[in-house]
Amino acid sequence: MRNPSDIPRVRLDRIDAIYIEDDVTLEALRDISFSVEDGEFVALVGPSGSGKSTLLDIIAGLYAPAGGDVILDGETLPTPARLGASSYMHQRDLLLPWRSALDNAALALEVHGVPRKQARQRALERFDEFGLAGFEDAYPAQLSGGMRQRVAFLRTVLAERPLLLLDEPFGALDALSRVVLQSWLLDLWERERQAVLLVTHDVDEAVSMADRVVVLSARPGQITHIETIDLPRPRTRDMLTSETFHRHRVALLRALGLLDQPQEALIASEVALA
Amino acid sequence: MTATLQRWMWPILLLAMFLIVWEVAVILTDTPTWMLPRPTDIFAAFREDHALLWWHTQVTLTEVVIGFGVALVSGVAIGIAIDSSPVLERSLYPLIIASQTIPMVVLAPLLLIWFGYGLTPKIIVAALIAFFPITVSTVDGLRAADREVMAMLRSFGASGWNRFRLAKLPAALPSIFSGARIGVAVCVIAAVFGELVGASEGLGYLMQRSASQFLTARVFAAIFILSFMGVGLFALISLLERILLPWRKYLSDRPRA
Ligand SMILES: Nc1ncnc2c1ncn2[C@@H]1O[C@H](COP(=O)(O)OP(=O)(O)OP(=O)(O)O)[C@@H](O)[C@H]1O
Ligand SMILES: [Mg+2]
Repeated sequence: MRNPSDIPRVRLDRIDAIYIEDDVTLEALRDISFSVEDGEFVALVGPSGSGKSTLLDIIAGLYAPAGGDVILDGETLPTPARLGASSYMHQRDLLLPWRSALDNAALALEVHGVPRKQARQRALERFDEFGLAGFEDAYPAQLSGGMRQRVAFLRTVLAERPLLLLDEPFGALDALSRVVLQSWLLDLWERERQAVLLVTHDVDEAVSMADRVVVLSARPGQITHIETIDLPRPRTRDMLTSETFHRHRVALLRALGLLDQPQEALIASEVALA
Repeated sequence: MTATLQRWMWPILLLAMFLIVWEVAVILTDTPTWMLPRPTDIFAAFREDHALLWWHTQVTLTEVVIGFGVALVSGVAIGIAIDSSPVLERSLYPLIIASQTIPMVVLAPLLLIWFGYGLTPKIIVAALIAFFPITVSTVDGLRAADREVMAMLRSFGASGWNRFRLAKLPAALPSIFSGARIGVAVCVIAAVFGELVGASEGLGYLMQRSASQFLTARVFAAIFILSFMGVGLFALISLLERILLPWRKYLSDRPRA
């Protein structure tokens, strides 16, 4: 790549975000500064409504921050200019109902100018890996929620941008597919080493996958804590039971304000976050 | 196939029963044929006058098909223009909606003065009538495009043309088809109306001439042909929709949020 690795893939500098609707001003994000280095995996956690999706929209160039700068590869890019620079997977699967699973997966490639046939071929090569084999010609309405999410995930991955923005990519999945796709994403990342910014509600997911975890407060979202995860790479499932894992988990739950609460709330930490 | 058969069995049975009751009622009440012909009289008219009926059917069908074609192309094009230009949406769209208050009864005689007795005024009436539902449903369909899907495509760096081609237009197609189906049905009525105002050929003209000669069975034959034409064109568009939008059938099976 053209940039030396000491320049972050994306650097956020004092980002503020507001929504204005019918004279009502809603402050969504306040003074957000952090960066994702080249080849770094960062997770973003925070309560619902803390502005996580808003932040990804801003980085992707879909939404203009009220203040602050987004610096991509050392270059301060104004809002529309950032479009197309990252692979962005939205919270909803956003599959096009008139396209087959295969054609949906190939969509980003087609937008990038890859001929249709070739785009389909490249999507097809990965269908098996994603547990979608046999469903190439199915329409989204014929797929389960988990399968739809996997198609959306494949579509994002195939865009092959150096920055991957994932908004709860495994949110709608059952526990089993979740684990499979998590380790699949980690494998992919070990090979390609893109910069990843992963939004999640799940503290365990954040700790088991990320190098650093950024914690946002409730609205307006502010950074309350950044946890650097001390687990070696490549990550394994065994680490979930390690002492270090537990330590990080507790630190994050505390940062999220979930440890000062009664026992029931702690047990239901994921539910409370969601 | 059996499903299609079952779907059509009941309407056909009902129609058959209606025709039988009609036949019997006319015989029992001894109504004269010039006032209300029996279904068998109408079938006889079909047999005797088939060359005449066919000739006038072709004329009306030509008016309907050309008028509908013009309405479809211009309606979709203007719908797209209105959707993509806020200026047009604020200036042209209200005018198009307001134009619907001008009754065809007023317009048709004027068109006759301007364009004479030929096919042109009928085609214009048919096109004007069908244009409205097609334009409105195109605008509605294009507006209904999912904002988040459009945002996703922008995040991929998609150009305006690509966003239109990949998401907006396909999302609008079901609505455009609904507009086309309504449009084609009213098109038939409009063409016949145009003929009634002043013509020398076409089923509307034939009906008028036959009525003045008390050939009532022939009038009914023309009415049957017209309703068959309307239903047939409607069904043709529905068939086209099912072929071109095969994904629609899965949505109706399983409603989603
Ligand atoms: N388009 C919008 N217009 C107005 N307000 C908005 C809009 N999008 C988001 N908001 C508001 O901004 C705040 C942050 O929303 P955002 O979607 O970024 O939260 P989030 O952290 O992604 O939440 P979740 O975890 O539930 O997805 C919320 O209070 C939300 O109501
Ligand atoms: Mg969100």
